[in-house]
Amino acid sequence: MDIFEVIQPGAYTTIQDRGRFDYQQYGVPICGIVDSFAYRVANALVGNSQGQAVLEATVFGPTLKVLNQGLIAVTGGNLSPFLNNTPLPMWESVTIRPGDMIQFKGVKGGCRAYIAVAGGIDVPIVMGSRSTYVAGKIGGIDGRPLAAGDRLNKGEGIAKAGNRVPSNLIPTYSNNIEIRVILGPQDDYFSEGIEKFFTSTFKVSDKADRMGYRLEGDIIMHRDGVEKSIISEPSVPGGIQVPPDGQPIILLVEQTVGGYTKIATIISPDIGKVGQAKPGDQIRFKQVDIEEAHRILKMEEEKIESIKMSLMR
Amino acid sequence: MYDKPRFLLAGDRGLLVEFGAAIAPEINRKVRQIFLSLEKMPIHGVTEVIPTYRSILIFYDPLQSDPDKLKQEILDRENKLDKLEIPPPETIEIQVAYGGDFGPDLDFVAHHNKLSPEEVIEIHTSGTYLIYMLGFTPGFPFLGGLSEKLFTPRLEKPRQFVPAGSVGIAKNQTGIYSIDSPGGWQLIGRTPIKIYDPTRFPPFLLKAGNYLRFKRISGEEFQEIAGTHKD
Repeated sequence: MDIFEVIQPGAYTTIQDRGRFDYQQYGVPICGIVDSFAYRVANALVGNSQGQAVLEATVFGPTLKVLNQGLIAVTGGNLSPFLNNTPLPMWESVTIRPGDMIQFKGVKGGCRAYIAVAGGIDVPIVMGSRSTYVAGKIGGIDGRPLAAGDRLNKGEGIAKAGNRVPSNLIPTYSNNIEIRVILGPQDDYFSEGIEKFFTSTFKVSDKADRMGYRLEGDIIMHRDGVEKSIISEPSVPGGIQVPPDGQPIILLVEQTVGGYTKIATIISPDIGKVGQAKPGDQIRFKQVDIEEAHRILKMEEEKIESIKMSLMR
Repeated sequence: MYDKPRFLLAGDRGLLVEFGAAIAPEINRKVRQIFLSLEKMPIHGVTEVIPTYRSILIFYDPLQSDPDKLKQEILDRENKLDKLEIPPPETIEIQVAYGGDFGPDLDFVAHHNKLSPEEVIEIHTSGTYLIYMLGFTPGFPFLGGLSEKLFTPRLEKPRQFVPAGSVGIAKNQTGIYSIDSPGGWQLIGRTPIKIYDPTRFPPFLLKAGNYLRFKRISGEEFQEIAGTHKD
């Protein structure tokens, strides 16, 4: 069923789901949403099973004309969503009716907003996923970001309006964030560079997209006598490359393999925080070990479960 | 080849298993063996496995497994590994226009190796290259067998834009960019052949384990072939 007509696409709005798995061995990156927490909560709010496709809007959100009655939830960065002439409450399920206009009036916090619709955004599945991979020209609508005039369909969905995330579980997005990492895989290519990495504050450069975030700040030196690049190997989302120029690059969801040394890797619950950082924002890194990382991940899962439970009441 | 595989953490969901410290057919053979074993008999909690030159990345669900369990399982597999039949490889020819706008770093690669650009082209087209893996972007082949005479470091700062079809060198590797993307390889030429085309079935022209040769063509031939390969 038709749900939206795209009046303005916004700066960079794509259709994404949890990602495209099992094709990385052919060089097809995971893609999918950057902020997993916001995405999963958005789907839960509108009663979708996890894995349904949503819209990921970046900085300047789209203008959407509603074509049929439905239910939406907007989560993630606060890009000032409006429904007709009134602010659209975020982290809440809201009924939309034919003729309604959904608009975004500018960033107040974060960088990426997620717009879920009950039933999910319906586009053809390519290699197991609806995720748009723009560089590979697959997924979403013809493998590209939304454009004015696009009509979006939704699947079947049932849920009620007024589902709301408890306010204490709604994340806040700051311009100055601390990101937790596990050292490696190539931390042995660095010595003093590691201390510098953890004591420096980095600025997100304007080269920041779904592929990666280039950071600016202190130069992270490799250890004397080591090669500054490695035999190309698989990358994981959150890997932090240090190329020979010493300026770290955070890898996000559109990478498969790379040949620069990775000093550390961001724990998965914190990748979404990076995705909510904008150019100019500041990032510091904090080391955790694998056991602590897994404890944090379990807490994150419990948090999502408790949100789902609260919605069922 | 290491005596025992080396295990490295890649975040909270990834375990990197390294089998050696070089690009070598025998190390890659081990990678393929373990990879095929993991495809055939998956380990509980493992969500995806990616084979590369000398390592395998294992993605796992931390709610169902952990690195210690995976390490033990991989070591067990390695000890029990039966020799797997590998189908005979094919050789594909890729036409390349070298130098100029097609390969803006050809002169740098020549100068770095104290060769003339012509010698670089001769050496590059005389090799037969093993396709070790596909990755970086869909269908991007990482090739083994580059002559030592052409080894050149990556760019100090990666380019923001490299056109699809660009043929490059990075250290001891050579490869073909399959889509327009950022990249840090030294570009020596470009092919008009689409090695990745999502509208074609199968989308990928190259296959890991096969061989590839480069054939020199002129700029005019490039345009001709590119013209007939429009989508």
